[in-house]
Amino acid sequence: MTNQLFGYIRQNGKVGIRNHVVILPVDDISNAACEAVSKLIPGTLALPHAYGRLQYGEDLDLHFRTMIGTGSNPNVAAVIVIGIEENWTKVIADGIAETGKPVASFSIERVGDLETIRRACWKAKEFLQAASELQRVPVELKDLVVSIKCGESDTTTGLGSCPTVSQAVDRLVDAGATVFFGETSELTGGEHLIADRMATPQLKEHFMDVYNAYVGQIKSQGVDLLGSQPTQGNIAGGLTTIEEKALGNIAKTGTKKVVGVLKPAEAPKNGPGTYFMDTSSAAAECITLMAAAGAVVHFFPTGQGNIIGNPIEPVIKITANPLTVETMLEHVDVDVKGLLARDMSLQQAGDELMDYMCRVVNGRLTCAEALGHREFVMTKLYPSA
Amino acid sequence: MHKFLIHHKGDQVGVATTDIIAGESVIGVYMEDDSTIEVRSKHAIPLGHKIAIVDLEANSPVLKYGIQIGYTATGFTIGDYVHTHNLKTARW
Repeated sequence: MTNQLFGYIRQNGKVGIRNHVVILPVDDISNAACEAVSKLIPGTLALPHAYGRLQYGEDLDLHFRTMIGTGSNPNVAAVIVIGIEENWTKVIADGIAETGKPVASFSIERVGDLETIRRACWKAKEFLQAASELQRVPVELKDLVVSIKCGESDTTTGLGSCPTVSQAVDRLVDAGATVFFGETSELTGGEHLIADRMATPQLKEHFMDVYNAYVGQIKSQGVDLLGSQPTQGNIAGGLTTIEEKALGNIAKTGTKKVVGVLKPAEAPKNGPGTYFMDTSSAAAECITLMAAAGAVVHFFPTGQGNIIGNPIEPVIKITANPLTVETMLEHVDVDVKGLLARDMSLQQAGDELMDYMCRVVNGRLTCAEALGHREFVMTKLYPSA
Repeated sequence: MHKFLIHHKGDQVGVATTDIIAGESVIGVYMEDDSTIEVRSKHAIPLGHKIAIVDLEANSPVLKYGIQIGYTATGFTIGDYVHTHNLKTARW
């Protein structure tokens, strides 16, 4: 492949493919101010969410990690952080500032929404104009962090769209890129396949501990999961059991060794390669966590037609289901239905996905971006205090 | 033209790549080596749903991708529609 890639090189050397100025609420009650700023300064991006109050322990760590990671993502040029009070606001702003990118923070108590919005708008305008002058420069595949997660899967994902992603994953890893996969519960039935790909015995043991903890939590509820995992959409698409779903899911992860097991939203530290991240299998939660760990572009194989997007990470949809191509075309970035008809080879499908990814890296909006899909969903580990 | 695909030799189910009508004689292709089999469907099988390509007794492991995806609840015979009514998870 000879496509020249162009991206934004951030102050810390990380490469982004979008240039967002984010207005980031620390907590639920700061959403209104953030959304007001993004309305007054069009072109900035507010990321409202539901949490950030009275969290503690590992759940609070995850909240901070996701917030800081989202602001630190190389697709983000600059960040305005707004919280109700100054302490946690500062934790998040300082965390993002370690990347070297422009960050400003505001807290609402003793000032009120209106004055906070006024002050934040001045800074947002400054950041937006500065970001608009940043230029794309030549970058390489090795500079990319790519995440993968499928959704509304059916049997066609295991036959077509997931093996297509697998082709791209292997090519990316060979080129020195970094790839995240996750969906802990959705490995059930094929978890041994992933365990056997762990690069070291320590990683294998760690992976199995993480897997058993997640699935143990699910099983402890003592309920029939048919309809939840697999989902009603999966069943409508012909998937019958979690094992069948998992094997299709795993078919997208490539064939390379797994070089790290990440906590949710944890940035990779073992160099390039394939990483497993402990995540929910719900699309918006999973992609939000992967973007917070630094992923800049996402491959999303779908069967029945999941329509997910992410505000800061472009999501590329790939489907092999001819009915989905016919009925939901506006959501389909890469059509590989030819794999089912056997008039397209896996190699060709992989070529098409890589070509499309290069166009997206260089600025083409994905279907989800064009349609305004900006699902940003924080993962909550347990009830707040 | 084939109407279903089978991932691996030894799998007991294939996946319909187009809607299959009850009573129809349909060709399936093994993705491993492009070899084919022919099966007469006993039921209507929608696109993406599974067709039995062997007879299996109740409580037998069912393979797809060459790996177990569950076990037969009631058993099935060649051409049967295979889904949640006759295939159950072995995991939860």
